[in-house]
Amino acid sequence: MKRFTYTRAETVADAVAILADRPQAQFLAGGTNLVDLMKYDVERPDAIIDINSLPLKEIEELPDGGLRIGALASNSAVAYNAQIQARFPLLASAILAGASPQLRNAATTGGNLLQRTRCSYFYDPSTPCNKREPGSGCAAIGGLTRMHAILGASDKCIAVHPSDMCVALAALDATVEVVGPDSARDIAFGDFHRLPGDEPQRDNTLARDELVTGIRLEANRFAGHHTYLKLRDRLSYAFALVSVAAAMEIADGRIVDLRIALGGVAHRPWRDPLVEAEYAGAPAEDVTFQRVADRLLFEAKGLGGNDFKILLARKAIVRALRQAASGRPQSQTLKAIQ
Amino acid sequence: MAGIAVSTTINGDQAEFLCHPDETLLEVLRERLGLMGVKEGCGTGDCGACSIILDDRLVCSCLVLGAEAEGRRIATVEGMAQGDKLHPLQQKFLEHAALQCGICTPGFLIAAKDLLAKNPDPTEEEIRFGLAGNLCRCTGYDKIVRAVQDAASVMRGA
Repeated sequence: MKRFTYTRAETVADAVAILADRPQAQFLAGGTNLVDLMKYDVERPDAIIDINSLPLKEIEELPDGGLRIGALASNSAVAYNAQIQARFPLLASAILAGASPQLRNAATTGGNLLQRTRCSYFYDPSTPCNKREPGSGCAAIGGLTRMHAILGASDKCIAVHPSDMCVALAALDATVEVVGPDSARDIAFGDFHRLPGDEPQRDNTLARDELVTGIRLEANRFAGHHTYLKLRDRLSYAFALVSVAAAMEIADGRIVDLRIALGGVAHRPWRDPLVEAEYAGAPAEDVTFQRVADRLLFEAKGLGGNDFKILLARKAIVRALRQAASGRPQSQTLKAIQ
Repeated sequence: MAGIAVSTTINGDQAEFLCHPDETLLEVLRERLGLMGVKEGCGTGDCGACSIILDDRLVCSCLVLGAEAEGRRIATVEGMAQGDKLHPLQQKFLEHAALQCGICTPGFLIAAKDLLAKNPDPTEEEIRFGLAGNLCRCTGYDKIVRAVQDAASVMRGA
């Protein structure tokens, strides 16, 4: 690890002010992705600002029926929170599909949003990587692509976003609250993560001097019809090859409102609200689900090693929509696919 | 550079140490405080050999900085036995031969202790889910699961 200084911030204003003074500084929350990347020499901050003392751990009800999750609420605290389980079970399920107890206990809500890709070339400083070192090239293109993108990739980067939690937050249309040195702002979840384009070093639209302080969720009617289906190389503690967060409201056998987001397929959670809107009113049955899958995957492209993901994603979408429609969400402990 | 002075509680005892900013809590526990039950496997949060309980949360100490321990409570495998009397989990790991080389064992014991504190009567599925962050490369997991089930039953007084 490169040498760094350690400072503990006591307030949000304090944290943001320290960051403004130190252009190479990084915030430390759960450390489950920052500290490992520092050990791999991929992240090289000269200053660590420990934000774990900031008052951002609460999960609180909002007057409009929504919830606000503090950026420092751990992934476990969110997944096992009674309000989340009752009203946003899709979020709880997605979190429990990922990582391990140790990592979920340490990892925070804000940190989960900001975790970096698990592309193995990104993790290996001896290989070129436009995300790690802009302009150096991409070793993944033409390399081993099993874990890489089938949607939204560029000729600079084919990495995928690794989060499960963020796939659910995308489907639930969350809002990200951030604070900068002079002002606070909200970022719609769909605008938070970005596609790689010509700047794969930028994972998201958070400004360099901003801190994520929380996530807001609006009340919804999806608790009865949702699922998080994650397909991976082993049933535990592995990143998704393809995952699907699906939620719907159904009346008289027809879809009233549909949400679907995909993980493991792109540089950000993949969602297309226009496709969702088109199927409002459609019968909640396999023919509809297959059409939704075809629409979402219309532009999917394999890179050789990940061609199988296109068919896998199609089948996962149909299966997930069937699970959601039938009100039988995928169990994350009993892992047989239902 | 002056060391960072950290005051913490380890297995119920007050402990103070000095560390560099870039020392992990795992390094501090082993190399400054001599708690060799905390093992380094991968160093990146994947294997769970360095598991500790930090303020009632099971975490990997390899991903925590030593400086972050200020004012916090730490439990390691060294705090499980009472004198010569093994913790029921330790006793059952022995009886079931739920270890071979032993490097993963302290992490499994602490993770199982945390699991049973939250869920005294877990199903096999729940034990496997709860221990998913600990890797064993010798024995396989079946004996570990049986040992935890058996210890859970002893601890419930069944």
